Amino acid sequence: MSMTTEATIQELAAQKYKYGFTTDIEMEEFPKGLSTDIVRLISAKKGEPEWLLAWRLKAYEAWLKMEEPHWARVHHPPIDYQALYYYAAPAKAAPKSLDEVDPELLKTYEKLGIPLNERAALAGVAVDAVFDSVSVATTFRETLAKAGVIFCSISEAVKEHPELVRKYLGSVVPAGDNYFAALNSAVFSDGSFVFIPKGVKCPMELSTYFRINARNTGQFERTLIVAEEGASVSYLEGCTAPMRDENQLHAAVVELVAFDDAKIKYSTVQNWYPGDADGKGGIYNFVTKRGACRGRNSKISWTQVETGSAITWKYPSCILQGEGSVGEFYSVAVTNSHQQADTGTKMIHVGRNTTSTIISKGISAGKSNNTYRGLVKIMPGASGARNFTQCDSLLIGDQCGAHTVPYIENRNSSAKVEHEATTSKIAEDQLFYCRSRGLSEEDSVGLIVNGFCKDVLKELPMEFAVEAQKLLAVSLEGSVG
Amino acid sequence: MVALPTKKLEAWRYTDLRPLSAVTFGAPPAAAATPDLPDLPFPRFVFLNGVLNAALSSGFAYAKPFVPVEGQGTQPMALINADYAQDGINIEIPAGQDAGELLLISQSDGITPFAFHPRHRVKLGQGAKFALIELNQGEGTYWQNAVFEVEVAEGAKFQHFRLQEESVEAFNTTTIYADIEGQGSYEHFTLTLGARISRTEIEANLLGQNALAHLNAAQLLGGTQHGDFTTIIRHKAPNCPSRQTVKSVLAGKAHAVFQGKIEVDQIAQKTDGYQMSQALLLSPETEMDIKPELQIFADDVKCSHGATIGALDEEQVFYLRSRGIPEAEARQILIRAFLEEALEPVTHDASKALFEEVLESWWTKQ
Amino acid sequence: MLEIKNLHARIGDAEILKGVTLTIPDGEIHAIMGPNGAGKSTLSYVLSGREGYEVTKGEVIFNGENILEMEPEDRAAAGLFLAFQYPVELPGVGNANFLRTSLNAIRRKRGEEELDAVAFLKLARAAVRQLAMKEDFLKRNVNVGFSGGEKKRNEMLQMAILKPHLAILDETDSGLDIDALKIVAEGVNALRDEKFSALVITHYQRLLDHIVPDVVHVLAGGKIVRSGPASLALELEASGYAGLEVA
Repeated sequence: MSMTTEATIQELAAQKYKYGFTTDIEMEEFPKGLSTDIVRLISAKKGEPEWLLAWRLKAYEAWLKMEEPHWARVHHPPIDYQALYYYAAPAKAAPKSLDEVDPELLKTYEKLGIPLNERAALAGVAVDAVFDSVSVATTFRETLAKAGVIFCSISEAVKEHPELVRKYLGSVVPAGDNYFAALNSAVFSDGSFVFIPKGVKCPMELSTYFRINARNTGQFERTLIVAEEGASVSYLEGCTAPMRDENQLHAAVVELVAFDDAKIKYSTVQNWYPGDADGKGGIYNFVTKRGACRGRNSKISWTQVETGSAITWKYPSCILQGEGSVGEFYSVAVTNSHQQADTGTKMIHVGRNTTSTIISKGISAGKSNNTYRGLVKIMPGASGARNFTQCDSLLIGDQCGAHTVPYIENRNSSAKVEHEATTSKIAEDQLFYCRSRGLSEEDSVGLIVNGFCKDVLKELPMEFAVEAQKLLAVSLEGSVG
Repeated sequence: MVALPTKKLEAWRYTDLRPLSAVTFGAPPAAAATPDLPDLPFPRFVFLNGVLNAALSSGFAYAKPFVPVEGQGTQPMALINADYAQDGINIEIPAGQDAGELLLISQSDGITPFAFHPRHRVKLGQGAKFALIELNQGEGTYWQNAVFEVEVAEGAKFQHFRLQEESVEAFNTTTIYADIEGQGSYEHFTLTLGARISRTEIEANLLGQNALAHLNAAQLLGGTQHGDFTTIIRHKAPNCPSRQTVKSVLAGKAHAVFQGKIEVDQIAQKTDGYQMSQALLLSPETEMDIKPELQIFADDVKCSHGATIGALDEEQVFYLRSRGIPEAEARQILIRAFLEEALEPVTHDASKALFEEVLESWWTKQ
Repeated sequence: MLEIKNLHARIGDAEILKGVTLTIPDGEIHAIMGPNGAGKSTLSYVLSGREGYEVTKGEVIFNGENILEMEPEDRAAAGLFLAFQYPVELPGVGNANFLRTSLNAIRRKRGEEELDAVAFLKLARAAVRQLAMKEDFLKRNVNVGFSGGEKKRNEMLQMAILKPHLAILDETDSGLDIDALKIVAEGVNALRDEKFSALVITHYQRLLDHIVPDVVHVLAGGKIVRSGPASLALELEASGYAGLEVA
């Protein structure tokens, strides 16, 4: 790394997080801490049926008996779960239409570049906006309803489609699956629900924007997407949070279910506040995401661009049960300053002729640590299963770490598994070549990094690919360019 | 005794030692008959049932008497060894000497189960050269739990070729610690054919510039055999290469494991780490688990690992058959070709011939 | 002599060959031409015994034996040689070693004496020189890192050494430049005598400028739809395959 690059690193380390503003709005919060009373209070506040309260309480009991996992390569001071608020929502009653949404909130989303006003909205993208713990607006609902697609907040789904929620909630990620999933199951407040009936191709991209605003608040959203036989949907989530000195906990659960010939594409652009240049503040992003390919030839594809959060702990996975089902994981994880990311996937091959593809690109800069952790498991019944994994790490600067921890477990001799991993730094000659053609060092790095990530970025829906590219550049600004 | 590791330990997640803990091991019995020893023109140390047999051993100019254990190591198996070790070779090659070859033979006869814990030391002075060829064979039930402490000084070259052909009822756990100074090299090859459960674990520290660790293995397992090859290579100095090629061929209900970790310290710029692990599964009930791991704290490095698991390529089999080669022979040729890269460090003709011969006989037994 | 009688074959549920009948007497070279998807490659694989092709009807008699019952290696020993369209790579398997193993396996089956390393190398080197190949060809791993042309030359080298009674060239000309094409042709022509016969499968006429066939057959829709003298190839080149499938 040249002197000028080092200088650029120093210079830009102080770069501001673009989404770090707070919204001044009247909030309703429950008392701090977690107890059965709080769980009951959340459930009552949302007017939930008895079965769901029972489910939450069972999850809470399980959580009490569990220990916080420490196998990931991340370090943080102990989290005081009793010092968090488990419910925070705008004080005004839930809006019935966009016209009733608090103008302050609309302004917030405008600022984030997510217009909730349908006329101004991104063409062809329906948006559900979740502010702290509750859904504040869902757009294009009527258009979707005509196609038979249900897209609403999960609280609404509990009221309006209880049979569907009851059938699928926890069917992929059981309440007691892991420490953070159990916590989420006990206290989840909102999230999105998507149901695509048999044979329907969802007519537009679906999208949820998550925003944490309140101080000391944990956000525990729950997303459930079900695609029936032959249905297909592309879903995107984006996330941002204000700059705050204390760490905030985000423990979400996402469950996907795909039946015969169904396709679910789930894309994430994760840009939670990463903390400042000294590692102060930032979101702890402890998320459980899992999809079940239950039907023949079903397909679940995860694409993630992870640039935010102080700590990321997340392994979007696929359980490939249906014969011929397909799992995909495309990931770009960028860490800078003091960020820590431990992310990857699990591909569990159960059915015959199942295939999975894993493409992971990790970029470490500053004093960050970036770990790919993945499991490819071929069960004895998964004859003809096929996996290909490509896992590349790029290091920028000599203060960071890049780690690769793949687990490959094969119990079927007709399966074929291939894994490749490389670690390297940005090649000086590439940088020099770009700069000799007049690009700044920063732009050169941006260009090379984007090239490095191309195989993943091309998997993003068009509308967001450009966004993601910009985000990569911004995320690395503090490090080199 | 220090407790045996269980699968709850991350480093032991794929190797279950319960069959080992189920056996009660007594003290080594006196060896009965004189075993067949290989006809190789090298000085030798012969251990029968874990005890050095002076009559069968020849002198070796650089051998020193066994000394009790000093360094204990951190691996559970090494800790157990430290508690029990009573014998082992202790070799010191002075600076600049080419000590040639030495055979280390272990023959065991477990009519009643017994355990032994050899503690071997190999120390090479600056620029010294030495090749150690190990043959581990036996019958019946026994447990060899060996530890090697290896020190390779600057510019020295140590070649360590191991044949593990223990009885299929036996257990072999071997832990190797190797410290390699600048320009020095440790070239290792283990051929695992025997034992009910075996594990070779190597920790190699590259301590000076241009130090090399080349740790290869081939595991050919059948029946219900379990073989584990686990390595940690620590790059603690700049400009060091490390190479690993591990090939597993599994038949019957065999289970093989490869865990290979490359650690690159912040100081270890220009590290060049390469690791390849490939497995051929010849029958449906085999299991292969691979965990290649990179832990990198320096930016100017080139590290890669690759892993493939699959059956023999039927296109290749057909090609050979279409040229007149019978099916069984075609498969044997392809398996032998598959192993070739792992045998690379064995540049030594006599050792290579020895490995070729046992590979041939493995094939005919399957 | 090769006699293919009313051969039907399929891959999975798809019937590819729908009654191919063809006789190649000793000493003759026959060409099979036809549009893509006509079943040309299927015919070559069925003849050489590749798995995945199911013969549902018909027989193939080669020098009096029904070869459809035989293993691929036994067909090779009987004198059948397939020059592959896409020869596979065999990492770790040396070319010389491979050739010697093949030759000796065939000689063993024929009750002939095996060649020792010295005798074999002499034979192989001569063949290499004749095909204008570099001698390091023998030292390289089979087809590993070979260019398209080198792979085809390697097929010809094998053919020259194994000396088959019948060679099947499966689109051996595809992707070859004119020099490589000549090498292939020379390889075949060098073997021409009253006992050697060949089946040259090709999509284009140009190979047949160099290997002049005795008979040209047109395979379309899984059947031989026309047969004729060498001039038929030129005719096809001019008029194309259109209209042949309905014939």
